[in-house]
Amino acid sequence: MPKTIFQKVWDAHVVHEEPGEPALIYIDLHLIHEVTSPQAFEGLRLAGRKVRRPDLTFATMDHNVPTTSRSLPIADPISRQQMDTLTANCREFGITLYDLHSPRQGIVHVIGPELGLTQPGRTIVCGDSHTSTHGAFGALAFGIGTSEVEHVLATQTLPQKRSRNMAIEVTGSLPPGVTAKDVVLAIIGKIGTAGATGYVVEYRGSVIESLTMEGRMTVCNMSIEAGARAGLVSPDDKTFDYIKGRPFAPQGQDWEKALEYWHSLRTDDGAVFDRTVTIEGETLAPHVTWGTNPGHVVPVTGSVPDPDSFDDEIERRAVEQALSYMGLEPNTPMQDLPLDVVFIGSCTNGRIEDLRSAARIAQGYRVKSGVQALVVPGSTAVKEQAEREGLDRVFTDAGFEWRESGCSMCLAMNPDVLQPGQRCASTSNRNFEGRQGKGGRTHLVSPEMAAAAAIEGHLVDVRTWDVKGSI
Amino acid sequence: MEPFVKVQGIVAPLPRANVDTDQIIPKQFLKRIERTGFGEFLFFDWRYLDDGKTPNPEFELNHPGYHSAKILITERNFGCGSSREHAPWALSQYGFRSIIAPSFADIFYNNCFKNGMLPVVLPEKTVEELIRRAEESPGYSLTVDLEVKKVYDQHGWEMSFEVDESRRERLLKGLDDIGISLRYESDITAFEARRPAFLDRQIAQHH
Ligand code: SF4
Repeated sequence: MPKTIFQKVWDAHVVHEEPGEPALIYIDLHLIHEVTSPQAFEGLRLAGRKVRRPDLTFATMDHNVPTTSRSLPIADPISRQQMDTLTANCREFGITLYDLHSPRQGIVHVIGPELGLTQPGRTIVCGDSHTSTHGAFGALAFGIGTSEVEHVLATQTLPQKRSRNMAIEVTGSLPPGVTAKDVVLAIIGKIGTAGATGYVVEYRGSVIESLTMEGRMTVCNMSIEAGARAGLVSPDDKTFDYIKGRPFAPQGQDWEKALEYWHSLRTDDGAVFDRTVTIEGETLAPHVTWGTNPGHVVPVTGSVPDPDSFDDEIERRAVEQALSYMGLEPNTPMQDLPLDVVFIGSCTNGRIEDLRSAARIAQGYRVKSGVQALVVPGSTAVKEQAEREGLDRVFTDAGFEWRESGCSMCLAMNPDVLQPGQRCASTSNRNFEGRQGKGGRTHLVSPEMAAAAAIEGHLVDVRTWDVKGSI
Repeated sequence: MEPFVKVQGIVAPLPRANVDTDQIIPKQFLKRIERTGFGEFLFFDWRYLDDGKTPNPEFELNHPGYHSAKILITERNFGCGSSREHAPWALSQYGFRSIIAPSFADIFYNNCFKNGMLPVVLPEKTVEELIRRAEESPGYSLTVDLEVKKVYDQHGWEMSFEVDESRRERLLKGLDDIGISLRYESDITAFEARRPAFLDRQIAQHH
């Protein structure tokens, strides 16, 4: 019977299955970080259990690390305690840790692919909902809670119910100035923040195929914002080229064997999806969110919606609450909104290509006075690469702050926080109330849009941008 | 884990859709390394005024009638956003044993069961009606009975709900998932023996 890639990966990982019970599936790679792991290790200790496969478990520090100089001590004692706890746990249980001073440190979803740990056909979990990012390589990757982190540490397996399978097909090609971020924002706008709940989504179609690996990661990253269990893309030559030669990529004969297997990880012709959604690439524009969830989105040429235009009572109330929180009047053009802060970074858009795109827009311009603009590379390796390419200078010359890597203002657990009422254009993935700081107002955009917004001090349509630079 | 068989208690209404985990437990409280002590920070940014101390009189849960509530009733897509298990910890440590909504986000739904808390899906119209009752008469109470898979009140109203059978079993008995999975340890070992070697070799060389 023809199978989808999800079914193939799933079937290859079933350890045990009984009717009426969730299947026990094997986990090939477990990534951990400082925030969602301490209680899991504590649980292991209390039960006298060991980590079954420390060799398949990798840790880093990202969520609450400061992004100012690494030579300074960490000012927040509670953050420091969380990092120290991770260090002690990794030492006790024999787990590889890329800590603040490691050249391999970075946001967990940036370093997995960067190190070649993320590979097609693997099952990958992490105590973080954006684990779906790794699906860009044709892996089955999803976020888990802390109890499940403990479960995977102890057993290297998880009891899971098989999800339904959805195809999201983006056809044709993208107009200039429209990016992977805009694709995924448009998808969430179309199906809603719960539109893919209970599904594993396969992104397909010519637009997805034409995206770079970075672009595919951006799309898969935000699967969870549509409620999906996971999102994935069938691997192809781009995927294999990306992995080849990375530290944990298979080598020699293993590479040949892996490649042969990876080539089989495509959805067969005639395989059946439980649901299919189609979007035409040509119809897409740069997108921006106006409200307090990623489904609250319009093209940049659009306006703040009027609550009265929503038929559904609950939706209307939600829109009213969102507008009140965001300090917005209905029908205001999005491009009229003045900004206080711009954040470029996160596991959605903190990779080298994202920084190149933003630098290309910023080169030769100055950040609007009164606007604070931050560029936070997704990993230490991204930061070093960007510096080799001179992107840091482009940004600092234009008046952007150039920081150390981490999650930073994506969730504002570290000192990078919005003040109440501040309005921010952000390349991250969540515009929830208070996400970037209590009372902070987030508008999600692509890196290009964010860079242009920093320079103009309000949102602008990058399709009309006069690129001065040569990047 | 504490088993969940039947819980009777006051219903607190939270008439908001898409309540995300950042609202349930804001990130400034995720730095604790313990599993306890999250209840006092539940819905922190809504619950307190800007000084972080004075209870916000506008916020539903601050109404004295709901103080000892054990059941939270809210709107669609509750618990969306991050995978933080701190969200169910905060809800359960505050005193909630069950949450009723028209729909839940996936990871949150899953996390509830791991913490002895029962998420119950009821039709949207029913939820709206129950929210109205809880708002009109603070102190309105419901019983959530997992054994018979029913929600009912003291005035004769009742409704059945669906829940996955294996989840129900585990929750009724308070079973530890890890313990159950470890029964299949020999299957896990056998599976590891059949995995292609290339999956581990490069990792091993690096360690
Ligand atoms: S960058 Fe943001 S979304 Fe990504 S892992 Fe960090 S906090 Fe989570």
